[in-house]
Amino acid sequence: MKIQRKKVNLKIIKRFSFLLILGLLYSGKVFSQDNSDCLMCHEDKTLKGTKSGRTISVFVNEKIIFSSVHSEVDCIQCHVDLEGSDFPHAENVKRAVCNSCHEDIQKLYDGSLHSKAFNRGDRLAPICQDCHGSHEIIPVKNIKSKVAPINVPYLCGQCHKEGSPVQLQRNISQTHILENYSESIHGEGLMKKGLVVTATCASCHTAHEILPHTDSRSSIARKNIAGTCAKCHAEIELVHRKVIKGALWEKEASVLPACVDCHQPHKARRVFYDQGMADADCLICHEKKELKSSDDGRSLFVNYSEIKNSRHANIACSQCHSGVKPSHTRPCDELTASVDCASCHSAIQEDYQKSVHGKLASKNDPNAPTCKECHSNHNILGKIDSKSPTFPLNIPKLCGNCHREGEKAAVRYRGTEKEIVKNYSESIHGKGLLKSGLTVTATCTDCHTAHRELPHSDPLSSINPANIPTTCGNCHHGIQEQFEKSIHSSLVSKSDKKLPTCENCHSAHQIIRADSEGFKHIIMIQCGNCHEEIAKTYFETYHGKVSQLGYTKTAKCYDCHGAHDILPVENPASHLNRKNVVETCKKCHASANRQFAGYFTHATHHDPDKYPWLFWTFWGMTGLLVGTFVLAGLHTLLWLPRSLQWRRELKRRQQDKNTNHKSEENVSDGNS
Amino acid sequence: MIVSFISLALTGMSLKFSYTGWAVFLSHFFGGFESAGYIHRFAAVIMVSVFIIHLVDVVRTRKKELLSWKELIFGPNSMMFNKKDLKDFIASMKWFIGKGERPEYGRWTYWEKFDYFAVFWGIFVIGSTGLTLWFPEFFTQFMPGWILNVTTIIHSDEALLATGFIFTIHFFNTHLRPEKFPMDIVIFTGRIPLEEFKLDRPAEYKELVEKGQLENYLAEPYPEIVIRAIRIFGWTALSIGFSIILWIIYAMLFAYR
Repeated sequence: MKIQRKKVNLKIIKRFSFLLILGLLYSGKVFSQDNSDCLMCHEDKTLKGTKSGRTISVFVNEKIIFSSVHSEVDCIQCHVDLEGSDFPHAENVKRAVCNSCHEDIQKLYDGSLHSKAFNRGDRLAPICQDCHGSHEIIPVKNIKSKVAPINVPYLCGQCHKEGSPVQLQRNISQTHILENYSESIHGEGLMKKGLVVTATCASCHTAHEILPHTDSRSSIARKNIAGTCAKCHAEIELVHRKVIKGALWEKEASVLPACVDCHQPHKARRVFYDQGMADADCLICHEKKELKSSDDGRSLFVNYSEIKNSRHANIACSQCHSGVKPSHTRPCDELTASVDCASCHSAIQEDYQKSVHGKLASKNDPNAPTCKECHSNHNILGKIDSKSPTFPLNIPKLCGNCHREGEKAAVRYRGTEKEIVKNYSESIHGKGLLKSGLTVTATCTDCHTAHRELPHSDPLSSINPANIPTTCGNCHHGIQEQFEKSIHSSLVSKSDKKLPTCENCHSAHQIIRADSEGFKHIIMIQCGNCHEEIAKTYFETYHGKVSQLGYTKTAKCYDCHGAHDILPVENPASHLNRKNVVETCKKCHASANRQFAGYFTHATHHDPDKYPWLFWTFWGMTGLLVGTFVLAGLHTLLWLPRSLQWRRELKRRQQDKNTNHKSEENVSDGNS
Repeated sequence: MIVSFISLALTGMSLKFSYTGWAVFLSHFFGGFESAGYIHRFAAVIMVSVFIIHLVDVVRTRKKELLSWKELIFGPNSMMFNKKDLKDFIASMKWFIGKGERPEYGRWTYWEKFDYFAVFWGIFVIGSTGLTLWFPEFFTQFMPGWILNVTTIIHSDEALLATGFIFTIHFFNTHLRPEKFPMDIVIFTGRIPLEEFKLDRPAEYKELVEKGQLENYLAEPYPEIVIRAIRIFGWTALSIGFSIILWIIYAMLFAYR
């Protein structure tokens, strides 16, 4: 600006001194190089001049200049070489310059690809006038302007359309630029919908400082792309939260896929595209079966059909193996980092890192499973594919690889569960899954989660007692609703004692049908584990005794108390509330009445305070029993020796009789 | 009577001592707790019927033998306790401790009369409480529900008394005492060797002889096959009875909870 001002000053001084001299010498010719002076000749439509040996029209339409943005600018401000020249001036006039006013833009242009080509003498290289025009420059906001957004694709397309000399003769890596653009979401917005704020060529490539993508200063250099796109898509990282970790995007953009990896340049649509770093390039080497790592000799062969049949069919090699350098002859030569699935699956990665698996992995424990142990590497099929190891039917086998008895995880495990996979297979869930083929049945991951497996002691664990009702409720929601209102729920009862959750009654891996005989017996023991006294007294009643014999067709804990909706008796919704208890009895005893319900179902005769009648009846009966047995027993014991004596006496008499009388007589008693 | 008693004991005890393995076995043997229950109640009906038939028979005997009510109740063949029983009892005690001879027992001894009336008591106590347990819905219409808890205890403990008494005291007094060992089948045959009768019931023998009626009651013993059948039945009943006693002792001493 300084220089410019100096020049202007100089110009003014010059002009004034010039005017002064002319004014003194020739009156009437004071403003010799006014625009009108130029137009005196150049408004003649037939005026001709020569340029590079060709005859051209040098007519200047005054109207056009006056309606242009440069209406206030003098001719010689641009045609600086003519300043002070005599006229008619010399034939070979220099090109009008823009930098006398647009010096900053000129600087941008000077660094650009176009400028360098121009300076090399590339006759295809554009300069200011090629895009902006000469005398007819109108405001960019005017729809008629050549550089108005709506016209930019056409303007750039003049050179960059398919088949143009530039495309054919110069090294341009992209093809069908204009066609692709016009079909892209940007091109459609601009050209079909007339959205002038849509990205045009200049939005991404800049207007003047156009550089190849290999130049690190370029707006389309890999590391700058995100910034370029974010000029319009300002909060795009919010949308891509799951795909790209925000922090990485800012700090380590190179490990992430760039926008164009998925949204191809010029073809960007709302869908993913095969990306720029073509898989074919990778396959040139990795298709070879004999390809081996020079480090450890492992095969580096990639079965591409596996990828194409996988969930990652539309994901390019370089999206996972990020950090490849397309500019290198071997783009992967500097690749050292292993695949980070988190660059797309960041939420899952966060879960995994919290899990026991993830924590072990972070300690480099050789037993720790990583993504590929479960998902494999290239052959990722997704959990709805029956061939996938993560398909529900295959999950017990997958987890069993490590958690089956004797395997590496089972050996490390210090908890109380045993034979986990075997027990699961015999449980209702396991049978449902493996025998009935019900894919909606709970598998390992339904309870333990797929990626955030934590020990039950961890409050964040899906199998932490506080979270178990929710975990089971994922499928058994109705039960969860009932349970969470019941006295057993930690949401209802605040107790120092351990409150039961689903697994205390149903077990963890040995869950059997609640209507099976086995369960009906187990459940009474389960209740008794906490309600020891009350269970004992239950077994003193008819119901309990029949249960003890091994029959289930009698009232058990849950028949009266409810199973999941157990409530204190004072709660009006309780099955044993005064209002409901007769109905509860009636479930089995159809003609039960109010007094019938007064039967003590947990009676004991050992508690004189609570059940005095039972206590005294029992001791009365026991007294009678003991009394009778003591007296009668005493009588019998005293009798025994006499009876033995009497037996001997009888034998003796019999022998006497036998020797005396050989005959035997019988006597019958009075009643026969 | 014996079959129904043993059935009642087995099915009832299987419930009372449900915590023993034997109870589980028996309950399954009877076809489950429900069918065991049906057997129990059926046997109870038989037992009460036998009891009632006996009462009817007693009344009919009175008519047939042209006895007055007084003669029936206080006559020499009556089951009612009388002065002789008291004397016999005291004499027995003396005999037991070696201070006297064996009393001359008559038609019915005092322990037989005790057993007889024990059945009256038992039928009444166990039968009535059993009814409340059979029809709890009916009885609770005019009784509080906890009565059922009380009748359960009475029913069960009285049954324990009855089975315990029959299978130990009664078994010994009647069958196992050395002079009758191993069993006295007179209950089935109604016949006893004269020689044994003379010694066992000298008072009655003397009375018959005095009245000159002894000849009227003489009869030949039953054929061997009948005796054998009776003995097989007797052995069966005795074995079951002893088994129940062993089981009760086991249940109460070793498995009680």
